[in-house]
Amino acid sequence: MKSFNYVVTDEVGIHARPAGILVKEAKKYQSKVVIVKDGKSAEAKKLMALMGLGVKCGDPIEVQITGEDEDKACEELKEFFEKNL
Amino acid sequence: MLKFSGKSVYKGIAMGGVVVLKKNDSPVVRGRIEDPDAEMERVKTALEQAKEQLGKLYDKALKEVGEENAAIFEVHQMLIEDEDYLESIENTIRTEMVNAEFAVAVAGDNFAEIFAGMEDEYMQARAADIKDISNRLVNNLCGNEEIDLSSIEPSVIVADDLTPSETVQMDKEKILAFVTVHGSTNSHTAILARTMNIPALIGVPLDLETIHNGTVVVVDGFSEEVIFDPTEEVSAEVVARIEEENEKLRLLQNMKGQETVTKSGRKMNLYANIGSVSDVGYVLENDAGGIGLFRSEFLYLGRDDFPTEEEQFQAYKQVLQTMAEKKVIIRTLDIGADKQADYFNLGNEDNPALGYRAIRICLKQHDIFKTQLRALLRASVYGNLAIMYPMVTSVNEVEQIYAIVKEVEKELMEKEIPYTMPEQGIMIETPAAALISDELAQIVDFFSIGTNDLTQYTLAIDRQNAKLDDFYNPHHKAILKMIQMVTENAHKYGKWAGICGELGADLELTEEFVRMGLDELSVSPSMVLKVRKRIRELD
Repeated sequence: MKSFNYVVTDEVGIHARPAGILVKEAKKYQSKVVIVKDGKSAEAKKLMALMGLGVKCGDPIEVQITGEDEDKACEELKEFFEKNL
Repeated sequence: MLKFSGKSVYKGIAMGGVVVLKKNDSPVVRGRIEDPDAEMERVKTALEQAKEQLGKLYDKALKEVGEENAAIFEVHQMLIEDEDYLESIENTIRTEMVNAEFAVAVAGDNFAEIFAGMEDEYMQARAADIKDISNRLVNNLCGNEEIDLSSIEPSVIVADDLTPSETVQMDKEKILAFVTVHGSTNSHTAILARTMNIPALIGVPLDLETIHNGTVVVVDGFSEEVIFDPTEEVSAEVVARIEEENEKLRLLQNMKGQETVTKSGRKMNLYANIGSVSDVGYVLENDAGGIGLFRSEFLYLGRDDFPTEEEQFQAYKQVLQTMAEKKVIIRTLDIGADKQADYFNLGNEDNPALGYRAIRICLKQHDIFKTQLRALLRASVYGNLAIMYPMVTSVNEVEQIYAIVKEVEKELMEKEIPYTMPEQGIMIETPAAALISDELAQIVDFFSIGTNDLTQYTLAIDRQNAKLDDFYNPHHKAILKMIQMVTENAHKYGKWAGICGELGADLELTEEFVRMGLDELSVSPSMVLKVRKRIRELD
């Protein structure tokens, strides 16, 4: 498993639209992508669960990636978060 | 052949197939099933259909209202494919052996409840999205046709009545005419019909259940008749008349590029009223000198939550850029009374027209007002913007508005966000404002007279009440006197005055308005060339 920590800077947090973009991105990889916030977790490929985490601007999260393409996914997702969230 | 009479709101004639808009609110019934696999197949088909519908909605919204506003349909597309949601549906079908409609409704309610229970208000509002996609699936399962106005042939729309939020979603190119059972000549269906230049009849006593989609119908705005299944003879006659009307419109096109000026050289600013970004096309097509009333409500209607500052900024900027350096007067939020959006939670009022609406909401809920003002001031950089405030009744209200504008300015300055200060004017639409227009003229840049509301308040006639249409006399002396007074008071302090209500397009009054000294008339795009022609005929 690979993982990285991130603090959300998007002013609306991971709400409907940003969550949608993230799901789209996560689905590009074969690996399982999990977002952890305050001990609660949700799969990044599942929109409702992800929105249900209620990640707001300033919230620290951990992104865990497990699977064959985890190295590539980790690196690219990190970049994606910095650019979009 | 079957004839019905109604009241015409735009004089034109059209013929085409009918599309009936029915409201569907039949409850979902629980049923036992034998074959869960077959039920899952139905879900799959309904899902594919839904994805296609949402894809089309997204494309349409993208073209008309931009990416920001279209994104919601993209989110719906993803929500509807959510694994947890679909698993929950399958689970219910297989373990309880119930019909797909019921399973979808249950899953929808459950997931919506999770969101409704969250702390964050924004997330609570997402419950509506979940319900929306579930309704879509249920409708597809029941075979309830969703009338997709983007893929139909140009049609005559027949409905009980249309709400502003419904009309916002329509593809205006596909509408030949409107026929509604209810509504009044001043309703929003009527305003829309006039903007788009299409015949419309309201108050037509039809039984929607007996009308089939595709039936050929003639809508005659001149004789105020709707004719179903016209005979060949009638059809031929109608085709000839449509041709004749088109010819008249072509002649009117000669007015394009001409100045709006009387024979003796008195110039008038002739602008157009619009209700959405996509209406700007009609403004340019009809060669209006600017936009005299941009109803910003469209940004707030037909959605589940407030538009963000960025969404508003993009919409205003787009209009300003498209209009180049021509004047664009945007009216701030005029919600309330007949224009409702659920998320405002305005509650029921005994007397909504005299209630919590327009500037009153803005002066009580500063956050809503400030978001819009920030977007406006930022967009102002991109063109010739003016702002006007609706429903003002006192000097004190204007002072309160200015104080809030000052705060917004200060915030923008501190954050070094580029903005410019547009002209600021007010609508004169209450008798109170008209009577103290001498005082108001000293503190605002211009007046725009909203004759629809001014008439309703002066004559004490509810414009939504069709029964009163006969009492509604827009030429009432009281109204004309007020217009005269407002114009004189504006000029006394070097300000300008215009009319942006329906009365501005009344060709019988054009001469009187010129004589009164009004500086501007803002009319439906479809009336611009007609009013110009009238003004050019005057001495």
